[in-house]
Amino acid sequence: MKRYQLEIRVVPRAGLLDPQGKAIHHALHALGYAAVEGVRVGKAIALELEASSEDAARAQAEEMCRKLLANPVTEDFQIAVMGEAAPTGRRA
Amino acid sequence: MSGRLVVVTFPGSNCDQDCYHAVELAGGEPSYLWHREHGLAGADAVVLPGGFSYGDYLRAGAIARFSPTMEDVITFARRGGPVLAICNGFQIACEAGLLPGALIRNRTLRFHAFDQHLRVENNETLWTSSYERGQILRMPVAHGEGNYEADRETLDGLDGEGRVLFRYVDAAGRVTEEGNPNGSANAIAGIVNQEGNVMGLMPHPDRAMEAALGSVDGRGIFESLVRHLSAVGAR
Repeated sequence: MKRYQLEIRVVPRAGLLDPQGKAIHHALHALGYAAVEGVRVGKAIALELEASSEDAARAQAEEMCRKLLANPVTEDFQIAVMGEAAPTGRRA
Repeated sequence: MSGRLVVVTFPGSNCDQDCYHAVELAGGEPSYLWHREHGLAGADAVVLPGGFSYGDYLRAGAIARFSPTMEDVITFARRGGPVLAICNGFQIACEAGLLPGALIRNRTLRFHAFDQHLRVENNETLWTSSYERGQILRMPVAHGEGNYEADRETLDGLDGEGRVLFRYVDAAGRVTEEGNPNGSANAIAGIVNQEGNVMGLMPHPDRAMEAALGSVDGRGIFESLVRHLSAVGAR
């Protein structure tokens, strides 16, 4: 088994009102960043897990997203495998 | 007899005592159940109270939905047992799939804690039989994530089947932008599932039970439920 580092991004579904994104959008405009055309705010979940392969790690994360990490009514998710994590240190 | 109503307490629930008291005032027999216990046997109805279960971490209700007691509540509901889901309880019920849709951040981004007017949209349910259709109620709201969202098909179904029981309105009873502070789709404040046995609402009937506290408009929900239980022969 290997340890993988994953980053899961959960974002409000396209088309759904994102009040936080809207407020930040307004604030950026107020600061003079007139070029900003849209802001969406989600969350990033970093997790480490053991799996036999990268695909297996991804499949596990996908199941976690469907069950708990994202709400299918309002959110979409993306999973990125960032790489293999360093093996856990053993005490001498 | 009056019916045994079990109030589930999650870590972070803060309206369980209000709900217990409300059940007593309506003539039911309340009891508490800690969220890790399997003790629904003999319950005639379940109340999921308001609060901040698990600190609202991840999403409001997302973690509470996996409490051991919730497994039993889901089974109870699927068998037709009445479940009253208030505020955080409504969020938990949506996360658990007992009710359609989801509750997202208020469009104002602010936590709302004030009295709100509601209109009774359907009084032919076990939850609303004590009210008149079109009756205007006033009861407290206290939430940061009360903005009800669902896809178009779900919203059409809720409206077409009379499953929107309460809508946010202004003092005159009209659906307006100002009367719908959290931005809920179709100004939805409370809904029932298709079978009619699970009801969720964001406002707090449990905090509108006594004139000394400003409103008695919440009594109708608890009284309707207790009357229903006694009509169907709950012990």
